[in-house]
Amino acid sequence: MSDVNIKIKDRDGVTHDIQAPTDMAMNVMEVVRAYELAPEGTVGICGGMAMCASCQCYVHSDHELPEMSVDEDLMLAEAFYVEDNSRLGCQIAITPELEGLEIELAPESEV
Amino acid sequence: MIKTDILIIGAGPVGMFAVFEAGLLKLKCHLIDALPQPGGQCSEIYPKKPIYDIPGFPEVMAGELIDNLAEQIKPFEPGYTLGERAETIEKLEDGTFKVVTNKGTEHYAPAVFIAGGLGSFEPRKPPIPSIADFEDKGVEYIIRDPEIYRDKRVVIAGGGDSALDWSIYLADIASEVSLVHRRKEFRGALDSVEKVEELYNAGKINLITDAEVKEIYGTNHVDSVKIKHKEKGEFLKETDHFIPLFGLSPKLGPIGNWGLEIVKNAIVVNNALDYQTNIPGVFAIGDVNTYPGKLKLILCGFHEATIAVQYAYNIINPGKRYVMKYTTVNGVTGFDGETKKAEAAVVKSIG
Repeated sequence: MSDVNIKIKDRDGVTHDIQAPTDMAMNVMEVVRAYELAPEGTVGICGGMAMCASCQCYVHSDHELPEMSVDEDLMLAEAFYVEDNSRLGCQIAITPELEGLEIELAPESEV
Repeated sequence: MIKTDILIIGAGPVGMFAVFEAGLLKLKCHLIDALPQPGGQCSEIYPKKPIYDIPGFPEVMAGELIDNLAEQIKPFEPGYTLGERAETIEKLEDGTFKVVTNKGTEHYAPAVFIAGGLGSFEPRKPPIPSIADFEDKGVEYIIRDPEIYRDKRVVIAGGGDSALDWSIYLADIASEVSLVHRRKEFRGALDSVEKVEELYNAGKINLITDAEVKEIYGTNHVDSVKIKHKEKGEFLKETDHFIPLFGLSPKLGPIGNWGLEIVKNAIVVNNALDYQTNIPGVFAIGDVNTYPGKLKLILCGFHEATIAVQYAYNIINPGKRYVMKYTTVNGVTGFDGETKKAEAAVVKSIG
């Protein structure tokens, strides 16, 4: 299976052109970690269970994304810096339909 | 003052299992954890989530794994300092370490294991300008003594269990409780949501949904907050306390200042030998460490704990010989002298 091309803007404002595999059951959060686009321990803290919002991102392209689960919706209800185009990266599976996706990582929440 | 053989910082699954392996070598352990209960992330974040990669368990709930570990290490009588964060470490002249918590509890041990996972869990702070200026002046992220809210007006923000539970609890104590949440839906336990609804209907809780706290005002102490409602816009709410309860997030914290070599928020260890850090006598195991090929898996942490304990033994008992034993052969002898062991086969001659 082929890769998809994704543009990810990191928390320093740098945009990265990423090739993400569609056959490894990965999600956007995991792609961010695999390409080390944010320091370890600042993204995907809960491991991808929609329970921490550390992988929140803003979706800038108009791709049709998987529908938001109740878990994701309620986690975003408690997250910070949430915008209308906010999603949790861990809930967006990498599929061929995501070719050309453009996202931006939301700021890290202060602890 | 607490004295032990191995002081373990972090009472998650890996720290807990280290107690077992140390116990087999007759080493006593004491665990420190910032959370009020053992289990780390497994208890705090996902107790009801199944784990599928613990060898020998096709499926086990994270909370159940912790219960099992607690049972497994019980014979080795671990001590616990819970609800306190390890703050400082000092190497004493006799080579042992002194670790003091944020509450001043002193611990002494010849070996220290850092099993802190992603760090100690700290409250998530909402990005409100000037919030830091009001900390402990009417803004509290953790409720330590509910009595300070007696006959006071409080605004609680959040939509999870702790926001719901404290709203319910404080409804009887505070003169006024307002619960502010960005949605109408809450993600807490159903009975808590229903109880809040009941109290709201009885006029004991102000429920302000589709809204969030945007500003905090006051001179030397909180006296009001600005709330932004999705449709109704902004309004001022007078209050004596603002309590944002948005859950906890891990942070490496004070350990980061202990002089340990840190790369990518993790402590560098020698995985080719003993999982010791750049400070001899201080080991790092589990998610908190890093080395070439590191995988943040509970099962890898169990392995690391087992290896590290063997080397800690040499520090604690210099020159004393020992060979690793199998529990199938020798059983497990607790510190009370009781042994769990397979029953001996019955030998009976025939004829």
